[in-house]
Amino acid sequence: MSRAVGWALLAALAVGPPLALAAGQPFYVDILTRLVCLAAAATSLNLILGHGGMISFGHAAYIGIGAYAVGIPAYYEIYDGWLHILLAVALSALFALATGAIALRTRGVYFIMITMAFAQMVFFAVVSIEEYGGDDGLVIDIRSEFPLVDLEGSLTLYYACFAVLLGTLYLVHRLVRSRFGMVIEGARGNERRMAALGFAFYRHRLAAYVLAGALCGLSGAMLGNFTNFISPEMMDWTRSGELIFMVVLGGTGALFGPLMGAAAFLLLEELLSGWTIYWQLPFGLLLILVVLFARGGLAGLLEGRRG
Amino acid sequence: MDAGLVAAQLLNGLQLGVLLFLLASGLTLIFGIMDFVNLAHGSLYMVGAYFCATLTDATGSFLLAVALALPATALVGAAVELLVVRRLYRRDHLDHVLATFGLILCFDTLVQILWGPEGMAIRLPAWADGQQHLPGGLVFPTYRLLIIGAGLAVAAGLYVLVVKTKLGMRIRAGASNPAMAGALGIDIGLLFTLVFALGAVMAGLAGMMIAPITEASIGMGNEIIITAFVVVIVGGIGSIRGAFVAALLIGLIDTMGRSFLDMGLKLVIDVQAAETSAPALSAMLIYILMAAVLAFRPQGLFPPKAR
Repeated sequence: MSRAVGWALLAALAVGPPLALAAGQPFYVDILTRLVCLAAAATSLNLILGHGGMISFGHAAYIGIGAYAVGIPAYYEIYDGWLHILLAVALSALFALATGAIALRTRGVYFIMITMAFAQMVFFAVVSIEEYGGDDGLVIDIRSEFPLVDLEGSLTLYYACFAVLLGTLYLVHRLVRSRFGMVIEGARGNERRMAALGFAFYRHRLAAYVLAGALCGLSGAMLGNFTNFISPEMMDWTRSGELIFMVVLGGTGALFGPLMGAAAFLLLEELLSGWTIYWQLPFGLLLILVVLFARGGLAGLLEGRRG
Repeated sequence: MDAGLVAAQLLNGLQLGVLLFLLASGLTLIFGIMDFVNLAHGSLYMVGAYFCATLTDATGSFLLAVALALPATALVGAAVELLVVRRLYRRDHLDHVLATFGLILCFDTLVQILWGPEGMAIRLPAWADGQQHLPGGLVFPTYRLLIIGAGLAVAAGLYVLVVKTKLGMRIRAGASNPAMAGALGIDIGLLFTLVFALGAVMAGLAGMMIAPITEASIGMGNEIIITAFVVVIVGGIGSIRGAFVAALLIGLIDTMGRSFLDMGLKLVIDVQAAETSAPALSAMLIYILMAAVLAFRPQGLFPPKAR
């Protein structure tokens, strides 16, 4: 059932934006572009959080790294899109490798707080670099340039982001079904048993952590291109919290969970913020209620599983 | 380098350390005893500051306001424990993180509804507002000395409470084995509520003490709470002694780094490079320290005894 809803959602995303433009509602293309980027980021988080049981509270750092990998070269008038993407993926992977190697030595609460602290480290480092706007952020005047494709068109940009989402979904789907995926799922279930079976799962976990970071960096580069403006606020720790909420709201470990979660998240945000300026209060209450009473998330509800 | 400036910055570092200890001791107690991750601890810091600001306006006395705001913050803490936190002890850390993230949204918005979006300043009484002439010709604000004194006194009081009293004995029993303590007739539910309220009081006190300097503002706890997490990790989760040592260490390193790192860097690299890199590097210093500690001692400096 949740698979069917996921496919329906993907189909809607595939045809939605041209319809919105035809209906004279370009605003919806913007919302859907943001949705697609955040869904890709949440899907990458789901690889380590849902499948690997690694509760990373610093995933927004990779969105920021990806976005700044577009913004800082653009600041120096280097607009080569392939270079931007290479930088976004490589720097995210490098940061994930360095911090993951330390963070994955720890368990439980330590892991949550360490990933959060490392993300905050990047946040403060960017805030304190005046050259790139510091707190005020940086405007991207020209989007990444690719041969044949012009991202300045809103539909083209949308489909580029949509392609990133599809690629991320496919990669995560294939990985989870592979031997590699079995190892990280097994280590989530019972570390001692996996060790006794002879799996050195630390390396698998680190590889998954690096891959999730690199994928999220890519979606961050797309998000930076979309917003035309980047600031440290993109990687504030509350952003990481929102990504986790999307994953859990959709259902951890379900392929389309993060996509459904991101869609529900943005829908709620739009509805509630249109209703009251204090929309974060009902939003926060809802978050608490979801945790208390709907643990399987939307995917769980669709499958008829509850708390 | 001016010796007076170094001494003044040492005192500033000590003041930050004392505040961090008040926050981190509550966090580490709640982790150690209930195995609960409380992201919303910073919200209690904010609530304490706002209570104190309103009561100072109403009563005209800062000290009276603090005396009244402390039990009020304790009540808020107990209410949060009874309504939400209590239902989550048996859940995993992911649920803790999400539900308390929801609590942060609720608290931030509620404060905005009740007190408005502007911050609230607290006027200090005349006796606390002056300067003190310290030995060695050093001049330092009276109020900052009071913060240091009060913080150290609370730390000593907490030590006596935990090590010398019957309640402290129960807290330690609850920390080492809640099931056994319960079987021996200790009301674990009540004990957990008390510990949570105690943590709330100390976080609230930290907020009250800093508010006359920075003013009470929405989200004031969301930034310092991450630093408090770093303190808890470096000190070792569950260890109050570790929290004390780590809080002072991190308060000093952060303050001294921000003041003197550029001078130190100028000795090894050229002036231009030092001036651009010093702010970013000093913002990252405490996280680098955390990574270094964890690389050698994954359980922190003072890991609590095995349970």
